[in-house]
Amino acid sequence: MWNGHIWGMKVHNLGVILVLLVIGSGLLWLLARALRGKEVDRRVIFAFIFVSVAAPLLITMTFTFRATPIVEAVFDKIESLPPGSHVLISYDFDPAMAPEVQPMANVLTRHALVRNHKVIFMCLFATGQGQLNVTLRDVIAADFPDKLDGIDYVNLGYKAGNEGVLNVIVSDFKKMFPTDVNTVPFDSIELLDGIKSCKDLDLVISIGGGLPGLKEWILFVGDPGGVPTAGGVAAVVAPQLYPYYPRQLLGLLGGVKGAAEYESHFRERYPQFDDMPTPAIIMMGPQTIAHIVIMSFIVIGNILYFRERRKGRRV
Amino acid sequence: MSRTGIVVFLVVCVLFVVSWVVKAGTGDPEGHYIRDGFLVTFAAFLTLAIMSFMYKDNPYYKFAEHLFVGVSAAYWMCLAFWSTLVGNLVPRISERLSNAFMVPHQPGEYNFFFYIPVILGILLLMRLSPKGGWISRWPLAFIVGTTAGLNFVRYLRSDFINQINSTFLPLAVDWQGFGHFFSNLSLNATGQFVAMFGNCVIFFGVLCGVIYFFFSKEHTGWFGRASRVGIWVLMITFGASFGYTVMGRISLLVGRLTFLLRDWLGIAS
Repeated sequence: MWNGHIWGMKVHNLGVILVLLVIGSGLLWLLARALRGKEVDRRVIFAFIFVSVAAPLLITMTFTFRATPIVEAVFDKIESLPPGSHVLISYDFDPAMAPEVQPMANVLTRHALVRNHKVIFMCLFATGQGQLNVTLRDVIAADFPDKLDGIDYVNLGYKAGNEGVLNVIVSDFKKMFPTDVNTVPFDSIELLDGIKSCKDLDLVISIGGGLPGLKEWILFVGDPGGVPTAGGVAAVVAPQLYPYYPRQLLGLLGGVKGAAEYESHFRERYPQFDDMPTPAIIMMGPQTIAHIVIMSFIVIGNILYFRERRKGRRV
Repeated sequence: MSRTGIVVFLVVCVLFVVSWVVKAGTGDPEGHYIRDGFLVTFAAFLTLAIMSFMYKDNPYYKFAEHLFVGVSAAYWMCLAFWSTLVGNLVPRISERLSNAFMVPHQPGEYNFFFYIPVILGILLLMRLSPKGGWISRWPLAFIVGTTAGLNFVRYLRSDFINQINSTFLPLAVDWQGFGHFFSNLSLNATGQFVAMFGNCVIFFGVLCGVIYFFFSKEHTGWFGRASRVGIWVLMITFGASFGYTVMGRISLLVGRLTFLLRDWLGIAS
Protein backbone atom coordinates (compact mmCIF):
# COMPACT_ATOMS: atom_id res chain seq x y z
CA MET A 1 0.00 0.00 0.00
CA TRP A 2 2.82 2.39 0.89
CA ASN A 3 5.30 1.39 -1.82
CA GLY A 4 6.07 3.50 -4.89
CA HIS A 5 7.48 6.98 -5.53
CA ILE A 6 6.14 10.55 -5.52
CA TRP A 7 8.35 13.38 -6.87
CA GLY A 8 11.22 10.93 -6.98
CA MET A 9 10.95 10.21 -3.29
CA LYS A 10 9.85 6.92 -1.74
CA VAL A 11 6.27 7.15 -0.46
CA HIS A 12 7.44 5.67 2.84
CA ASN A 13 10.07 8.40 3.33
CA LEU A 14 7.59 11.03 2.25
CA GLY A 15 5.15 9.69 4.83
CA VAL A 16 7.77 9.94 7.57
CA ILE A 17 8.60 13.54 6.60
CA LEU A 18 4.89 14.43 6.45
CA VAL A 19 4.22 12.93 9.88
CA LEU A 20 7.17 14.80 11.41
CA LEU A 21 6.08 18.03 9.70
CA VAL A 22 2.49 17.73 10.94
CA ILE A 23 3.54 16.92 14.51
CA GLY A 24 6.31 19.55 14.53
CA SER A 25 4.08 22.33 13.21
CA GLY A 26 1.36 21.26 15.65
CA LEU A 27 3.78 21.56 18.57
CA LEU A 28 4.91 25.00 17.40
CA TRP A 29 1.26 26.07 17.20
CA LEU A 30 0.78 24.74 20.71
CA LEU A 31 3.81 26.67 21.98
CA ALA A 32 2.67 29.89 20.29
CA ARG A 33 -0.84 29.48 21.72
CA ALA A 34 0.51 28.79 25.20
CA LEU A 35 2.87 31.79 25.03
CA ARG A 36 -0.12 34.00 24.25
CA GLY A 37 -1.53 32.81 27.56
CA LYS A 38 -4.34 30.70 26.13
CA GLU A 39 -5.43 27.47 27.81
CA VAL A 40 -4.65 24.20 26.03
CA ASP A 41 -7.51 21.71 26.21
CA ARG A 42 -6.47 18.25 27.45
CA ARG A 43 -8.18 16.75 24.39
CA VAL A 44 -5.61 18.52 22.18
CA ILE A 45 -2.90 16.64 24.08
CA PHE A 46 -4.78 13.35 23.53
CA ALA A 47 -5.10 14.15 19.82
CA PHE A 48 -1.33 14.71 19.59
CA ILE A 49 -0.59 11.39 21.25
CA PHE A 50 -3.11 9.64 18.99
CA VAL A 51 -1.54 11.05 15.82
CA SER A 52 2.01 10.37 17.01
CA VAL A 53 1.14 6.72 17.71
CA ALA A 54 -1.20 6.02 14.78
CA ALA A 55 0.83 7.66 12.00
CA PRO A 56 4.04 5.60 12.48
CA LEU A 57 1.87 2.48 12.55
CA LEU A 58 0.33 3.34 9.20
CA ILE A 59 3.66 4.03 7.50
CA THR A 60 5.57 1.35 9.50
CA MET A 61 8.35 3.57 10.79
CA THR A 62 11.17 1.37 12.16
CA PHE A 63 14.59 1.93 13.67
CA THR A 64 17.65 -0.23 14.16
CA PHE A 65 18.60 -1.42 17.63
CA ARG A 66 21.71 -2.67 19.35
CA ALA A 67 21.32 -5.04 22.26
CA THR A 68 22.36 -3.56 25.60
CA PRO A 69 24.46 -5.78 27.93
CA ILE A 70 21.47 -6.65 30.15
CA VAL A 71 19.53 -7.96 27.11
CA GLU A 72 22.59 -9.53 25.53
CA ALA A 73 23.17 -11.50 28.75
CA VAL A 74 19.90 -13.40 28.23
CA PHE A 75 20.71 -14.00 24.58
CA ASP A 76 24.23 -15.22 25.37
CA LYS A 77 22.95 -17.56 28.08
CA ILE A 78 20.53 -19.29 25.69
CA GLU A 79 23.31 -19.44 23.09
CA SER A 80 25.84 -20.90 25.50
CA LEU A 81 23.65 -23.73 26.81
CA PRO A 82 24.32 -27.06 25.11
CA PRO A 83 21.48 -28.35 22.86
CA GLY A 84 18.95 -30.36 24.85
CA SER A 85 19.17 -28.11 27.91
CA HIS A 86 15.96 -27.62 29.85
CA VAL A 87 14.62 -24.08 29.62
CA LEU A 88 11.47 -23.15 31.52
CA ILE A 89 9.40 -20.24 30.19
CA SER A 90 6.65 -19.05 32.50
CA TYR A 91 3.81 -16.98 31.05
CA ASP A 92 3.00 -14.69 33.95
CA PHE A 93 0.91 -12.14 32.12
CA ASP A 94 -2.56 -11.44 30.81
CA PRO A 95 -3.96 -9.92 27.60
CA ALA A 96 -3.65 -6.43 29.11
CA MET A 97 0.14 -6.77 29.19
CA ALA A 98 0.36 -8.76 25.96
CA PRO A 99 1.27 -5.93 23.54
CA GLU A 100 4.44 -5.36 25.56
CA VAL A 101 5.52 -8.82 26.60
CA GLN A 102 4.07 -11.23 24.03
CA PRO A 103 6.85 -10.27 21.54
CA MET A 104 9.42 -11.22 24.22
CA ALA A 105 7.75 -14.56 24.85
CA ASN A 106 7.66 -15.33 21.13
CA VAL A 107 11.25 -14.41 20.35
CA LEU A 108 12.62 -16.18 23.45
CA THR A 109 10.70 -19.34 22.54
CA ARG A 110 11.92 -19.11 18.96
CA HIS A 111 15.50 -18.71 20.18
CA ALA A 112 15.28 -21.62 22.63
CA LEU A 113 13.82 -23.91 19.96
CA VAL A 114 16.28 -22.96 17.24
CA ARG A 115 19.04 -23.89 19.70
CA ASN A 116 17.29 -27.27 20.16
CA HIS A 117 16.67 -26.73 23.84
CA LYS A 118 13.83 -28.54 25.56
CA VAL A 119 11.26 -25.95 26.49
CA ILE A 120 8.89 -26.31 29.45
CA PHE A 121 5.96 -23.88 29.40
CA MET A 122 3.88 -23.01 32.43
CA CYS A 123 1.72 -20.12 33.67
CA LEU A 124 1.26 -18.40 37.01
CA PHE A 125 -1.48 -16.22 35.50
CA ALA A 126 -4.68 -18.02 34.55
CA THR A 127 -5.01 -15.90 31.43
CA GLY A 128 -1.39 -16.69 30.56
CA GLN A 129 -2.60 -19.98 29.11
CA GLY A 130 -4.37 -18.09 26.31
CA GLN A 131 -1.21 -16.09 25.61
CA LEU A 132 0.80 -19.29 25.59
CA ASN A 133 -1.55 -20.65 22.94
CA VAL A 134 -0.66 -17.62 20.81
CA THR A 135 3.02 -18.64 20.98
CA LEU A 136 2.20 -22.27 20.24
CA ARG A 137 0.27 -21.15 17.13
CA ASP A 138 2.48 -18.28 15.89
CA VAL A 139 5.91 -19.67 16.72
CA ILE A 140 5.90 -23.44 17.14
CA ALA A 141 3.19 -24.41 14.63
CA ALA A 142 4.38 -21.78 12.14
CA ASP A 143 8.20 -22.02 12.34
CA PHE A 144 8.88 -25.35 14.04
CA PRO A 145 6.25 -27.80 12.79
CA ASP A 146 8.68 -30.70 13.33
CA LYS A 147 8.96 -30.04 17.08
CA LEU A 148 6.88 -32.50 19.07
CA ASP A 149 4.80 -31.95 22.18
CA GLY A 150 6.25 -33.93 25.07
CA ILE A 151 9.64 -34.40 23.38
CA ASP A 152 10.82 -30.95 22.30
CA TYR A 153 8.44 -28.88 24.38
CA VAL A 154 5.77 -29.44 26.98
CA ASN A 155 2.90 -27.29 28.18
CA LEU A 156 2.29 -27.74 31.90
CA GLY A 157 -0.46 -25.12 31.89
CA TYR A 158 -1.70 -22.92 34.68
CA LYS A 159 -1.59 -23.75 38.35
CA ALA A 160 -3.30 -21.61 40.97
CA GLY A 161 -1.33 -20.63 44.05
CA ASN A 162 0.98 -17.80 43.02
CA GLU A 163 4.15 -17.86 45.18
CA GLY A 164 2.92 -21.08 46.77
CA VAL A 165 3.41 -22.87 43.44
CA LEU A 166 6.99 -21.60 43.22
CA ASN A 167 7.65 -22.56 46.81
CA VAL A 168 6.71 -26.15 45.98
CA ILE A 169 8.29 -26.58 42.53
CA VAL A 170 11.64 -25.36 43.78
CA SER A 171 11.85 -28.73 45.54
CA ASP A 172 9.23 -30.91 43.81
CA PHE A 173 7.81 -30.26 40.36
CA LYS A 174 5.49 -33.24 40.21
CA LYS A 175 3.70 -32.27 43.38
CA MET A 176 2.29 -29.17 41.69
CA PHE A 177 2.14 -30.46 38.13
CA PRO A 178 1.14 -34.15 38.28
CA THR A 179 0.11 -33.91 34.60
CA ASP A 180 0.65 -31.57 31.69
CA VAL A 181 -2.17 -29.48 30.26
CA ASN A 182 -3.38 -32.46 28.21
CA THR A 183 -3.53 -34.63 31.37
CA VAL A 184 -0.50 -36.69 30.31
CA PRO A 185 1.11 -37.93 33.59
CA PHE A 186 4.35 -36.20 34.57
CA ASP A 187 6.33 -39.46 34.56
CA SER A 188 5.18 -40.32 31.03
CA ILE A 189 6.55 -37.13 29.50
CA GLU A 190 9.89 -37.89 27.85
CA LEU A 191 11.09 -34.29 28.04
CA LEU A 192 10.76 -34.27 31.82
CA ASP A 193 13.02 -37.29 32.38
CA GLY A 194 15.44 -36.36 35.14
CA ILE A 195 13.52 -33.23 36.12
CA LYS A 196 12.46 -33.41 39.75
CA SER A 197 12.55 -29.77 40.71
CA CYS A 198 13.48 -26.35 39.40
CA LYS A 199 17.03 -27.03 40.53
CA ASP A 200 17.36 -29.47 37.61
CA LEU A 201 16.58 -26.74 35.07
CA ASP A 202 19.31 -24.96 33.14
CA LEU A 203 17.46 -21.69 32.82
CA VAL A 204 14.24 -20.18 34.09
CA ILE A 205 12.63 -17.32 32.18
CA SER A 206 9.61 -15.46 33.51
CA ILE A 207 7.67 -13.21 31.18
CA GLY A 208 5.30 -10.88 32.97
CA GLY A 209 4.85 -7.64 34.79
CA GLY A 210 2.39 -8.30 37.59
CA LEU A 211 2.19 -10.36 40.74
CA PRO A 212 3.39 -13.09 40.77
CA GLY A 213 6.13 -12.36 38.31
CA LEU A 214 9.86 -12.27 37.82
CA LYS A 215 10.51 -10.88 41.30
CA GLU A 216 8.76 -13.90 42.87
CA TRP A 217 10.78 -16.24 40.64
CA ILE A 218 13.98 -14.64 41.97
CA LEU A 219 12.79 -14.76 45.58
CA PHE A 220 11.34 -18.26 45.60
CA VAL A 221 13.33 -20.12 42.94
CA GLY A 222 16.39 -18.22 41.69
CA ASP A 223 17.97 -17.32 45.03
CA PRO A 224 17.05 -20.32 47.22
CA GLY A 225 17.49 -22.89 44.46
CA GLY A 226 20.51 -21.35 42.77
CA VAL A 227 18.69 -21.57 39.43
CA PRO A 228 19.83 -19.18 36.65
CA THR A 229 16.90 -16.79 36.30
CA ALA A 230 16.18 -14.28 33.56
CA GLY A 231 13.07 -12.58 32.33
CA GLY A 232 11.17 -10.08 30.32
CA VAL A 233 8.83 -7.64 31.98
CA ALA A 234 6.44 -4.81 31.23
CA ALA A 235 8.14 -1.43 31.34
CA VAL A 236 6.26 -0.32 34.46
CA VAL A 237 8.00 -2.86 36.69
CA ALA A 238 11.40 -2.96 34.97
CA PRO A 239 13.02 -0.29 37.21
CA GLN A 240 12.17 -2.40 40.27
CA LEU A 241 14.04 -5.37 38.83
CA TYR A 242 17.27 -3.70 37.70
CA PRO A 243 18.77 -3.89 41.24
CA TYR A 244 18.78 -7.71 40.97
CA TYR A 245 21.03 -7.60 37.91
CA PRO A 246 23.59 -9.15 37.51
CA ARG A 247 24.04 -11.17 40.72
CA GLN A 248 20.49 -12.38 41.28
CA LEU A 249 19.13 -11.88 37.79
CA LEU A 250 20.98 -13.11 34.73
CA GLY A 251 19.49 -10.57 32.36
CA LEU A 252 16.34 -8.61 31.69
CA LEU A 253 14.24 -7.48 28.77
CA GLY A 254 12.66 -4.26 30.03
CA GLY A 255 9.53 -3.24 28.17
CA VAL A 256 9.10 -3.14 24.44
CA LYS A 257 12.57 -1.60 24.05
CA GLY A 258 14.16 -4.73 25.52
CA ALA A 259 12.03 -6.89 23.25
CA ALA A 260 13.05 -4.84 20.19
CA GLU A 261 16.73 -5.19 21.10
CA TYR A 262 16.35 -8.95 21.45
CA GLU A 263 14.44 -9.30 18.16
CA SER A 264 17.10 -7.25 16.39
CA HIS A 265 19.96 -9.26 17.90
CA PHE A 266 18.23 -12.55 17.11
CA ARG A 267 17.70 -11.59 13.46
CA GLU A 268 21.34 -10.59 13.14
CA ARG A 269 22.48 -13.92 14.54
CA TYR A 270 19.95 -16.04 12.66
CA PRO A 271 19.43 -14.54 9.17
CA GLN A 272 17.06 -17.41 8.27
CA PHE A 273 14.50 -15.63 10.49
CA ASP A 274 14.93 -12.31 8.69
CA ASP A 275 11.28 -12.27 7.63
CA MET A 276 9.89 -13.29 11.04
CA PRO A 277 7.30 -10.98 12.61
CA THR A 278 8.99 -8.29 14.70
CA PRO A 279 6.15 -6.61 16.58
CA ALA A 280 8.47 -5.02 19.15
CA ILE A 281 10.64 -3.35 16.49
CA ILE A 282 7.50 -2.05 14.77
CA MET A 283 6.15 -0.77 18.10
CA MET A 284 9.29 1.25 18.72
CA GLY A 285 8.36 3.61 15.84
CA PRO A 286 5.25 4.94 17.60
CA GLN A 287 7.14 4.79 20.91
CA THR A 288 9.89 7.05 19.63
CA ILE A 289 7.55 9.64 18.10
CA ALA A 290 5.24 9.60 21.15
CA HIS A 291 8.21 10.08 23.49
CA ILE A 292 9.48 13.02 21.42
CA VAL A 293 6.01 14.58 21.62
CA ILE A 294 5.78 14.01 25.39
CA MET A 295 9.27 15.47 25.90
CA SER A 296 8.20 18.47 23.82
CA PHE A 297 5.18 18.90 26.09
CA ILE A 298 7.48 18.86 29.12
CA VAL A 299 9.78 21.47 27.51
CA ILE A 300 6.80 23.68 26.57
CA GLY A 301 5.41 23.32 30.09
CA ASN A 302 8.75 24.32 31.60
CA ILE A 303 9.13 27.32 29.28
CA LEU A 304 5.71 28.53 30.40
CA TYR A 305 6.52 27.87 34.05
CA PHE A 306 9.72 29.93 33.99
CA ARG A 307 7.99 32.67 31.98
CA GLU A 308 5.21 32.88 34.54
CA ARG A 309 7.73 32.89 37.38
CA ARG A 310 9.67 35.74 35.80
CA LYS A 311 6.44 37.69 35.34
CA GLY A 312 5.58 37.09 38.99
CA ARG A 313 8.97 38.45 40.12
CA ARG A 314 8.53 41.61 38.04
CA VAL A 315 5.13 42.25 39.60
CA MET B 1 -32.60 10.71 25.88
CA SER B 2 -31.96 13.96 24.00
CA ARG B 3 -32.41 14.26 20.25
CA THR B 4 -28.65 14.40 19.72
CA GLY B 5 -28.27 11.29 21.84
CA ILE B 6 -30.79 9.41 19.69
CA VAL B 7 -29.02 10.49 16.49
CA VAL B 8 -25.64 9.38 17.87
CA PHE B 9 -27.15 6.08 18.98
CA LEU B 10 -28.61 5.45 15.51
CA VAL B 11 -25.30 6.34 13.84
CA VAL B 12 -23.44 3.95 16.16
CA CYS B 13 -25.97 1.18 15.39
CA VAL B 14 -25.67 1.71 11.63
CA LEU B 15 -21.86 1.77 11.78
CA PHE B 16 -21.89 -1.38 13.89
CA VAL B 17 -24.08 -3.26 11.39
CA VAL B 18 -22.07 -2.01 8.40
CA SER B 19 -18.81 -3.05 10.09
CA TRP B 20 -20.25 -6.48 10.95
CA VAL B 21 -21.43 -7.05 7.37
CA VAL B 22 -18.14 -5.88 5.86
CA LYS B 23 -15.98 -7.93 8.27
CA ALA B 24 -18.14 -11.00 7.77
CA GLY B 25 -17.95 -10.50 3.99
CA THR B 26 -14.16 -10.33 4.02
CA GLY B 27 -13.79 -13.28 6.42
CA ASP B 28 -12.82 -16.84 5.64
CA PRO B 29 -15.88 -18.38 3.86
CA GLU B 30 -14.98 -21.81 5.27
CA GLY B 31 -14.73 -20.50 8.83
CA HIS B 32 -17.21 -18.92 11.24
CA TYR B 33 -17.14 -15.67 9.31
CA ILE B 34 -20.41 -14.23 10.73
CA ARG B 35 -19.31 -14.89 14.32
CA ASP B 36 -15.76 -13.65 13.67
CA GLY B 37 -17.10 -10.51 12.00
CA PHE B 38 -19.30 -9.82 15.01
CA LEU B 39 -16.49 -10.42 17.52
CA VAL B 40 -14.04 -8.09 15.76
CA THR B 41 -16.72 -5.40 15.39
CA PHE B 42 -17.83 -5.73 19.00
CA ALA B 43 -14.22 -5.59 20.25
CA ALA B 44 -13.63 -2.45 18.16
CA PHE B 45 -16.86 -0.92 19.50
CA LEU B 46 -15.79 -1.60 23.10
CA THR B 47 -12.31 -0.19 22.47
CA LEU B 48 -13.75 3.01 21.00
CA ALA B 49 -16.35 3.18 23.78
CA ILE B 50 -13.60 3.10 26.42
CA MET B 51 -11.49 5.63 24.51
CA SER B 52 -14.50 7.95 24.19
CA PHE B 53 -14.06 8.81 27.88
CA MET B 54 -11.11 10.98 26.86
CA TYR B 55 -13.62 13.30 25.19
CA LYS B 56 -16.11 13.21 28.04
CA ASP B 57 -18.13 10.78 30.15
CA ASN B 58 -20.90 9.16 28.10
CA PRO B 59 -23.32 6.16 28.14
CA TYR B 60 -21.16 4.11 25.73
CA TYR B 61 -18.19 4.35 28.07
CA LYS B 62 -20.38 3.39 31.01
CA PHE B 63 -21.76 0.39 29.11
CA ALA B 64 -18.25 -0.85 28.24
CA GLU B 65 -17.00 -0.29 31.78
CA HIS B 66 -19.92 -2.11 33.41
CA LEU B 67 -19.65 -4.97 30.94
CA PHE B 68 -15.92 -5.31 31.65
CA VAL B 69 -16.39 -5.32 35.42
CA GLY B 70 -19.27 -7.83 35.24
CA VAL B 71 -17.53 -10.21 32.86
CA SER B 72 -14.26 -10.00 34.86
CA ALA B 73 -16.00 -10.77 38.16
CA ALA B 74 -17.84 -13.76 36.70
CA TYR B 75 -14.75 -15.00 34.87
CA TRP B 76 -12.50 -14.87 37.94
CA MET B 77 -15.12 -16.53 40.14
CA CYS B 78 -15.47 -19.46 37.74
CA LEU B 79 -11.73 -19.64 37.28
CA ALA B 80 -11.06 -19.66 41.02
CA PHE B 81 -13.55 -22.51 41.45
CA TRP B 82 -12.15 -24.64 38.64
CA SER B 83 -8.46 -23.95 39.15
CA THR B 84 -8.19 -23.71 42.94
CA LEU B 85 -10.98 -25.89 44.32
CA VAL B 86 -11.32 -28.41 41.50
CA GLY B 87 -7.76 -28.19 40.18
CA ASN B 88 -5.79 -28.12 43.42
CA LEU B 89 -8.01 -29.53 46.15
CA VAL B 90 -10.42 -32.14 44.73
CA PRO B 91 -7.74 -34.50 43.29
CA ARG B 92 -6.09 -34.64 46.70
CA ILE B 93 -9.11 -35.37 48.89
CA SER B 94 -11.43 -37.69 47.00
CA GLU B 95 -11.29 -40.07 44.04
CA ARG B 96 -15.07 -40.01 43.65
CA LEU B 97 -15.13 -36.21 43.50
CA SER B 98 -12.23 -36.26 41.04
CA ASN B 99 -14.19 -38.55 38.74
CA ALA B 100 -17.29 -36.37 39.10
CA PHE B 101 -15.35 -33.27 38.08
CA MET B 102 -13.35 -35.26 35.49
CA VAL B 103 -9.95 -34.25 36.88
CA PRO B 104 -7.17 -36.84 37.24
CA HIS B 105 -7.04 -38.17 40.79
CA GLN B 106 -3.63 -38.25 42.44
CA PRO B 107 -3.30 -41.63 44.12
CA GLY B 108 -1.12 -41.61 47.18
CA GLU B 109 -1.60 -37.89 47.61
CA TYR B 110 -4.40 -38.30 50.16
CA ASN B 111 -3.61 -36.28 53.21
CA PHE B 112 -5.89 -35.39 56.10
CA PHE B 113 -4.31 -31.94 56.33
CA PHE B 114 -5.94 -30.93 53.01
CA TYR B 115 -9.25 -30.74 54.89
CA ILE B 116 -7.88 -27.88 57.00
CA PRO B 117 -8.01 -25.35 54.13
CA VAL B 118 -11.53 -26.60 53.35
CA ILE B 119 -12.63 -25.80 56.91
CA LEU B 120 -10.77 -22.45 56.88
CA GLY B 121 -12.39 -21.60 53.54
CA ILE B 122 -15.85 -22.26 54.95
CA LEU B 123 -15.01 -20.19 58.04
CA LEU B 124 -13.93 -17.34 55.76
CA LEU B 125 -17.44 -17.30 54.28
CA MET B 126 -18.84 -16.71 57.79
CA ARG B 127 -18.14 -13.06 57.11
CA LEU B 128 -21.47 -13.05 55.30
CA SER B 129 -23.22 -13.97 58.54
CA PRO B 130 -24.27 -10.94 60.65
CA LYS B 131 -23.64 -12.73 63.97
CA GLY B 132 -20.81 -15.10 63.10
CA GLY B 133 -18.72 -12.61 61.13
CA TRP B 134 -15.99 -12.60 63.80
CA ILE B 135 -15.17 -16.25 62.99
CA SER B 136 -13.82 -15.19 59.59
CA ARG B 137 -10.97 -13.38 61.38
CA TRP B 138 -9.37 -16.72 62.30
CA PRO B 139 -8.74 -17.96 58.75
CA LEU B 140 -7.77 -14.43 57.76
CA ALA B 141 -5.22 -14.37 60.57
CA PHE B 142 -3.93 -17.74 59.36
CA ILE B 143 -3.53 -16.41 55.80
CA VAL B 144 -1.78 -13.24 56.94
CA GLY B 145 0.49 -15.12 59.33
CA THR B 146 1.44 -17.81 56.82
CA THR B 147 2.11 -15.28 54.04
CA ALA B 148 4.18 -13.09 56.35
CA GLY B 149 6.19 -16.07 57.60
CA LEU B 150 6.76 -17.42 54.10
CA ASN B 151 7.76 -14.08 52.64
CA PHE B 152 9.88 -12.95 55.58
CA VAL B 153 12.64 -15.47 54.95
CA ARG B 154 12.59 -14.95 51.16
CA TYR B 155 12.62 -11.18 51.36
CA LEU B 156 15.27 -11.16 54.07
CA ARG B 157 17.55 -13.24 51.87
CA SER B 158 16.88 -11.71 48.45
CA ASP B 159 15.85 -8.14 49.14
CA PHE B 160 18.02 -7.42 52.16
CA ILE B 161 21.15 -9.54 52.52
CA ASN B 162 21.74 -10.17 48.81
CA GLN B 163 20.96 -6.55 47.95
CA ILE B 164 23.50 -5.28 50.50
CA ASN B 165 25.95 -7.76 49.06
CA SER B 166 25.23 -6.45 45.55
CA THR B 167 25.88 -2.86 46.64
CA PHE B 168 29.41 -3.51 47.88
CA LEU B 169 31.06 -3.58 44.51
CA PRO B 170 34.76 -3.25 43.67
CA LEU B 171 35.38 0.39 42.79
CA ALA B 172 38.54 -0.55 40.88
CA VAL B 173 37.50 -3.22 38.39
CA ASP B 174 40.28 -5.33 36.86
CA TRP B 175 42.85 -2.76 38.06
CA GLN B 176 46.33 -3.18 36.54
CA GLY B 177 47.73 0.28 37.13
CA PHE B 178 47.15 3.76 35.70
CA GLY B 179 49.13 3.04 32.52
CA HIS B 180 46.90 0.14 31.57
CA PHE B 181 43.77 2.07 32.58
CA PHE B 182 44.50 5.14 30.46
CA SER B 183 45.82 3.20 27.48
CA ASN B 184 42.57 1.17 27.32
CA LEU B 185 40.25 4.07 28.13
CA SER B 186 37.00 3.77 26.17
CA LEU B 187 33.26 4.36 26.56
CA ASN B 188 32.46 0.78 25.58
CA ALA B 189 29.58 -0.55 27.71
CA THR B 190 31.60 -3.64 28.64
CA GLY B 191 34.85 -1.73 29.16
CA GLN B 192 36.79 -1.15 32.37
CA PHE B 193 36.00 2.56 32.66
CA VAL B 194 32.22 2.10 32.32
CA ALA B 195 32.27 -0.81 34.81
CA MET B 196 34.19 1.27 37.38
CA PHE B 197 32.00 4.30 36.80
CA GLY B 198 28.83 2.17 37.14
CA ASN B 199 30.04 0.60 40.38
CA CYS B 200 30.93 4.02 41.81
CA VAL B 201 27.48 5.39 40.91
CA ILE B 202 25.77 2.43 42.60
CA PHE B 203 27.92 2.52 45.73
CA PHE B 204 27.90 6.28 46.32
CA GLY B 205 24.32 6.61 45.05
CA VAL B 206 23.04 4.13 47.60
CA LEU B 207 25.15 5.71 50.35
CA CYS B 208 23.85 9.21 49.60
CA GLY B 209 20.28 7.92 49.25
CA VAL B 210 20.50 6.33 52.69
CA ILE B 211 21.99 9.54 54.15
CA TYR B 212 18.98 11.48 52.84
CA PHE B 213 16.69 9.27 54.94
CA PHE B 214 18.89 9.53 58.05
CA PHE B 215 17.26 12.15 60.24
CA SER B 216 19.19 11.66 63.50
CA LYS B 217 21.83 14.14 62.35
CA GLU B 218 21.22 17.62 60.97
CA HIS B 219 21.68 17.82 57.19
CA THR B 220 24.48 20.42 57.21
CA GLY B 221 28.10 20.45 55.99
CA TRP B 222 29.36 17.40 54.12
CA PHE B 223 26.41 15.40 55.47
CA GLY B 224 23.98 17.90 53.94
CA ARG B 225 25.83 17.86 50.61
CA ALA B 226 25.68 14.06 50.53
CA SER B 227 21.97 14.32 51.34
CA ARG B 228 21.52 16.68 48.36
CA VAL B 229 23.25 14.15 46.12
CA GLY B 230 20.85 11.54 47.59
CA ILE B 231 17.88 13.66 46.48
CA TRP B 232 19.32 13.84 42.96
CA VAL B 233 19.78 10.07 42.90
CA LEU B 234 16.17 9.59 44.01
CA MET B 235 14.87 12.11 41.46
CA ILE B 236 16.79 10.47 38.62
CA THR B 237 15.41 7.08 39.72
CA PHE B 238 11.85 8.43 39.77
CA GLY B 239 12.45 10.01 36.36
CA ALA B 240 13.60 6.67 34.95
CA SER B 241 10.52 4.99 36.44
CA PHE B 242 8.30 7.66 34.90
CA GLY B 243 9.96 7.17 31.51
CA TYR B 244 9.40 3.43 31.72
CA THR B 245 5.78 3.96 32.78
CA VAL B 246 5.20 6.20 29.76
CA MET B 247 6.75 3.52 27.56
CA GLY B 248 4.42 0.91 29.06
CA ARG B 249 1.30 3.02 28.56
CA ILE B 250 2.25 3.93 25.00
CA SER B 251 2.80 0.21 24.29
CA LEU B 252 -0.75 -0.53 25.42
CA LEU B 253 -2.06 2.24 23.18
CA VAL B 254 -0.03 0.85 20.29
CA GLY B 255 -1.59 -2.55 20.98
CA ARG B 256 -5.11 -1.16 20.84
CA LEU B 257 -4.45 1.00 17.78
CA THR B 258 -2.83 -1.95 16.02
CA PHE B 259 -6.05 -3.85 16.61
CA LEU B 260 -8.19 -0.99 15.30
CA LEU B 261 -6.05 -0.14 12.28
CA ARG B 262 -4.99 -3.66 11.27
CA ASP B 263 -7.51 -6.19 12.53
CA TRP B 264 -10.62 -4.01 12.26
CA LEU B 265 -10.07 -1.44 9.53
CA GLY B 266 -7.35 -3.37 7.69
CA ILE B 267 -5.38 -0.25 6.75
CA ALA B 268 -2.13 -1.05 8.57
CA SER B 269 0.19 -3.87 7.57
